[in-house]
Amino acid sequence: MAITDQEIAELKEVARKNRIDTIDVTGWAGGAHIGGALSMMDILTILYWKYLKIDPSNPDWPERDRFVLSKGHGGVGHAVVLANKGYYDPAILRDFNKTGSAFGMHLDGNKVAGVDVSTGSMGHGLPMSVGLALGARCKGEDWLTYVMLGDGECDEGSCWEAAMAAAHYKTGNLIGFVDRNHMMIDGPTESVMSLEPFADKWRAFGWETREIDGHDYTQLATAIEFAQGYTDGPVMIVANTVKGKGVSYMENDPAWHYGGLSAELIRQAKSDLGEG
Amino acid sequence: MGMQNQRRVYGETLEELGSRDERIVVLEADLRNSTMTALFQRAFPERHFEVGIAEANMAGIAAGLALTGKIPFVNSFATFAAGRAYDQIRQAICIGNLNVNIVGSSAGLSDFGDGATHQAVEDIAIMRAIPNMTVLAPADGNEVREMVGAMAAHDGPVYMRLNRNDVPDALPAENTFRMGTPVVIRDGKDLVVFAHGIMVSRAVQAANILAKEGVSVRVVNVSTLKPLDEAALLDLAQGFQGVLVTEEHSIVGGLTALAAYVLRGQGLPLESVAISDVFGQSAHSHEELLEHYGLTAARMVETARAMLRRGA
Repeated sequence: MAITDQEIAELKEVARKNRIDTIDVTGWAGGAHIGGALSMMDILTILYWKYLKIDPSNPDWPERDRFVLSKGHGGVGHAVVLANKGYYDPAILRDFNKTGSAFGMHLDGNKVAGVDVSTGSMGHGLPMSVGLALGARCKGEDWLTYVMLGDGECDEGSCWEAAMAAAHYKTGNLIGFVDRNHMMIDGPTESVMSLEPFADKWRAFGWETREIDGHDYTQLATAIEFAQGYTDGPVMIVANTVKGKGVSYMENDPAWHYGGLSAELIRQAKSDLGEG
Repeated sequence: MGMQNQRRVYGETLEELGSRDERIVVLEADLRNSTMTALFQRAFPERHFEVGIAEANMAGIAAGLALTGKIPFVNSFATFAAGRAYDQIRQAICIGNLNVNIVGSSAGLSDFGDGATHQAVEDIAIMRAIPNMTVLAPADGNEVREMVGAMAAHDGPVYMRLNRNDVPDALPAENTFRMGTPVVIRDGKDLVVFAHGIMVSRAVQAANILAKEGVSVRVVNVSTLKPLDEAALLDLAQGFQGVLVTEEHSIVGGLTALAAYVLRGQGLPLESVAISDVFGQSAHSHEELLEHYGLTAARMVETARAMLRRGA
């Protein structure tokens, strides 16, 4: 067993708090990319609380694992994760997205502790992650690069250019996730631009690929531990998720790609998440 | 006066730099024998990354390598390096202010045989417009050698354009490139010429012709297009009757636009010998294109005479 029932229970509780805090920050900010922040939250939680080799008191530790949020619009969720992990005081997020704040909608690695790579424009995270993986190999260092892509983001050709390069260079130190929430701004991915057969595309591009339920901690643990042990090339974990996961009125509604939250909507969201 | 090929000087300098500094890594998009990174590739295959015909991915990978402390040099023809990878350069490299060097080979009209698709008449404009970016245009082979070292030493993104063909040495032996500083390479007192790239040696030719007519011309090599010491440029134009800007680049967004901005409000006549807002085209030689688009010493002489007549 890769993960114990007790660990799963603890991680679920952390994720629940992360989701509630993400609701709060979205409320303070007047709006944020809440749907995708909630869909990827279980993956971020298990990575940051169980698998990433990091030291929040030393964010620039050279030996740390790197995490690249290629779907940079999920920054509101990532910011909460980093705060709750101890990189900075969560209270600072009350200024999220205000003029002059270090915390913009898309997190800037030069301004926010714990953010390894500045992202925001779609299709850049995977090429940069390949560069990180090659850099680590060049230097003979054994840290890993984890990258989180959005599924809609995979419409970008640069993702597939990078997919080809990662397989060509057999980057066994690169682990990818796609937050496969099946939704993008203009609607379901399969109506906007068909991605399926999605996992097979990654396989065809030379990635060792696993398709899992991205909210199931046992499946996540199994896939991540497999990926960590697989050194022959890059691994892609296609994690099926629910956009807006945990909030009844947001789930699977593409309208909640981005949104602001009234006091009533915040109350309802928190109630759905088991608080208040 | 000797001739050198900027691409060759670049390739040799990069290889030499690679032997001194293991942080230097090179990325290539299927043009290694043209960009001359093949020299580096032969010497340091483990630090040379061929990405295939995928310039955007090349720029993104370079950003990642820079984040690990490497000093990447990204290579392609100027039009692809600056155009095809624009969003990666903006988003992945410049917003993070990452230490990535981008080398646009076969810039300007110098890839005469391939026509408009392969001729970069707007690369400087595109790169200058991005915050954090440094933009360089060497006048000759010697300046390429100095620039490559300066690029590696500079912390932050840099774009350098290179000519494809052999170009005459334009700078005196004692010239020392300093990033951001325009350098007087021939002094005079009537007319000042601001130039970069291949047009520097042509400006000197024009100055020699005008000298015989009693017109004294100062020629300034403005090989750093950004960040530029604007006060220095202003000083270099003080007391002159007019300013002539010349570049193998569009009048949009290059040195012409830059000089007009810096010299605004000075009341100085300003003219430009550059590419008007048009694409290039195929030709049998670079010289043929330079003639066609008026990028010649003769055109500079005519323009200078007209400007001085108007001013008199």
